[in-house]
Amino acid sequence: MGTTQSGILGGRLPLADYETNFSDLHPALDRHEALVASDRCYFCHDAPCMTACPTSIDIPLFIRQISTGNPIGSAKTIFDQNILGGMCARVCPTETLCEQACVRNTAEERPVEIGRLQRYATDIAMKENKQFYTRAASSGQRVAVVGAGPAGLACAHRLAVKGHEVVIYDAREKSGGLNEYGIAAYKSVDDFAQSEVDYVLSIGGIEVRHGQALGRDFSLADLSEQYDAVFLGLGLAGVNALRIEGENAEGVDDAVDFIAALRQSKTKADIAVGRRVVVLGGGMTAIDAAVQAKLLGAEEVTICYRRGKEHMNASEFEQDLAASKGVTIRHWLQPKRIALKDDKVAGIELEYTTLVDGKLTSTGETGIIAADQIFKAIGQTFEASGLGSLEFEGGRIVVDDEGKTSLANVWAGGDCVVGGEDLTVSAVANGRDAAEAINRAFAAAMPQASAVA
Amino acid sequence: MADLRNNFVGIKSPNPFWLASAPPTDKAYNVERAFKAGWGGVVWKTLGEEGPPVVNVNGPRYGAIWGADRRLLGLNNIELITDRDLYVNLREMKQVKMNWPDRALIASIMVPCEEQAWKSILPLVEETGADGIELNFGCPHGMSERGMGAAVGQVPEYIEMVVRWCKQYTRMPVITKLTPNITDVRKPARAAKAGGTDAVSLINTINSIVSVDLDNFAPNPTVGGKGTHGGYCGPAVKPIALNMVAEIARDPETYGLPISGIGGITTWRDAAEFLVLGAGNVQVCTAAMTYGFKIVEEMISGLSDWMDAKGHRNLDDITGRAVQNVTDWQYLNLNYIAKAKIDQDSCIKCGRCHIACEDTSHQAITQFVNGVRHFEVMEDECVGCNLCVNVCPVENCITMEELPAGTMDQRTGKPVDPNYANWTTHPNNPMARQAAE
Repeated sequence: MGTTQSGILGGRLPLADYETNFSDLHPALDRHEALVASDRCYFCHDAPCMTACPTSIDIPLFIRQISTGNPIGSAKTIFDQNILGGMCARVCPTETLCEQACVRNTAEERPVEIGRLQRYATDIAMKENKQFYTRAASSGQRVAVVGAGPAGLACAHRLAVKGHEVVIYDAREKSGGLNEYGIAAYKSVDDFAQSEVDYVLSIGGIEVRHGQALGRDFSLADLSEQYDAVFLGLGLAGVNALRIEGENAEGVDDAVDFIAALRQSKTKADIAVGRRVVVLGGGMTAIDAAVQAKLLGAEEVTICYRRGKEHMNASEFEQDLAASKGVTIRHWLQPKRIALKDDKVAGIELEYTTLVDGKLTSTGETGIIAADQIFKAIGQTFEASGLGSLEFEGGRIVVDDEGKTSLANVWAGGDCVVGGEDLTVSAVANGRDAAEAINRAFAAAMPQASAVA
Repeated sequence: MADLRNNFVGIKSPNPFWLASAPPTDKAYNVERAFKAGWGGVVWKTLGEEGPPVVNVNGPRYGAIWGADRRLLGLNNIELITDRDLYVNLREMKQVKMNWPDRALIASIMVPCEEQAWKSILPLVEETGADGIELNFGCPHGMSERGMGAAVGQVPEYIEMVVRWCKQYTRMPVITKLTPNITDVRKPARAAKAGGTDAVSLINTINSIVSVDLDNFAPNPTVGGKGTHGGYCGPAVKPIALNMVAEIARDPETYGLPISGIGGITTWRDAAEFLVLGAGNVQVCTAAMTYGFKIVEEMISGLSDWMDAKGHRNLDDITGRAVQNVTDWQYLNLNYIAKAKIDQDSCIKCGRCHIACEDTSHQAITQFVNGVRHFEVMEDECVGCNLCVNVCPVENCITMEELPAGTMDQRTGKPVDPNYANWTTHPNNPMARQAAE
């Protein structure tokens, strides 16, 4: 039996409900469904979907391969551009990327289900452990990759394909980065993130060292000394502070920690959640936290965002998803004070906001929402040490078009660089492209082969 | 309401939609269901001669090809004529005709190419009260190996001979069913006419291997590891059938010979096309085998509504109306000039028109205009070939617009000539006939 008791508790639901609530958000297409869905693709020329994909997957081609009964060939088309195509199929906000660009939107306001088709093909290849790439002959070059997230894995894989030796350093217990510790549980079921890591690493030539944190266990200078090149694919470890009264009280939690704990929990019943929950923020993290709080049995979940609906980073689809699960999204409200009772969260006082000459301004009017748990999802920051004299801008690493940093033989990509988009698929593109750049740099440094008569 | 009543060589039916001789018309149970559903007539599945009936394979009899969304486009069939006893069929035909006096019931017949065989079966059929007979000179598989079906239909002399026997031994109207597995369909049609046939029906199915099982390297349908060519039918064969119907309709030697149109008719529109190309009625099979007998409702209402909308009162108003517009290539007007035009409001920017034109035609459609994805016809390159219209996924997004006489054709730099001129008088034609001075 579940409970509606106040406070922050686990086991709010009967056990069976957890399984239902956290099952696959978009169940896999079966063969028939995939054929029907793939038939809708027009095989556009210079397809807009492909242009919209940060990794430029040849979408019309992979869909045509599905429709002609060649899902394995289809998977290769996907992996050629994006070795994490399996996870991207699950977590990409396709509604703002490929599927938004689909010409079927113009024709009938319903795009081809590109994401689900991508999952169909990649699932088949991964289930059959079909490996498409073999390592080139060893180059003798060694590359250190910091961070086993999407950027680091994509970079390491492409480097391994080119014959380079890779060592990945990651501070956490498991590889995958946000694929493993971020992302709502219902988007990556059945331990998919780890299966994908195994699939990527099976190329060989990649060693992963866990529990190794930059700045604590090693420095960038150490790596530069030991390796021929370094790729930095770090995530955003810091969380923005509210800077209001009561912020440190029991019951005020970081949404990212909540999301990570959910991902690591097998049953989800052990994850404690409030009866009334307020989530502060307007991005994907806010939605993921709010929806999952509701799925854990919270009676009332409210997202409070300090700007309007049109300013939210969360896509329309995600907002609708939240609404469909019973989450209330309120706009133009910013936190003013956490109300406490017995040193625990009892509610949150918010003030109404408005735009004055384009600047966010408080109207002076306030209100209180009762809550026993408050999640902060107001953005993350890049917090790293041990990077020496690396050039930063706005708290992120400065890179050129190829991902090269201000330091010799050091590249970077993903969330930690200037312009990082907080998207798995963009991180993959960064890692892949940096690997190509590193490979080119190695080739350029090679002595010219002399002609033999 | 348009009057859809049909009188085909004296055979009356409430509408021009008959079920063709095929699996759907093999027994009373199916035919009764068809008449309940509204079909105007039925050509009973082909009867063979008295004695032990033919046998069919016990494995798969059909193969198919599909379009998008697995819509069946073409069906291939290796089933033979009826494998039921002749007298069982005759009994059922008689009963069905008694139950449905207002519907047409035609007996399809295929017996050996001997006078006695035809002479024997015709009185038996006549006794059922059937409205007419259809001579099956078409089946391309199985029976043709035994000197029947297409084996007869491919020899005009045999056709004439058998038709003559039938006209001699029965009072029933004779419809001669033609095979498309020949080079010039006018020859068998002329032979049938010479033999005295009342009408021809066409097309029967086309020799085909519909697909190959790539695991077993055997044609589909595969029976015990082997396959054989079958008879191809369904929407895919409609264009071939339309042409053959038109060829007979406009042949001076067979002009006016009643035609029952067959071949891939799936919708009212298909049926109307056969009618205007000279068919007096139509026969349907694959569409019913795909969707069931109910589809006739759509055909009846569609044809009727179209006729009402266009002011056609009855079938005579439309039958053969397009025949005069079927001509030889050499008589097409070379001064007629059309250009493709893309309606930007309905364009979804898939780019298919561009790549089709760019890769395979005349490089006459833009991809970018001022750096923006934009598809537009370059009139100075467009030859009016219509390929872009055909590959565009949005109906009516691209249209062919006629250049009025006198306007400048930007491709040739010449004004459009108002006069009709064809290849026969074109200066580039070495055989050009000099226009009379």
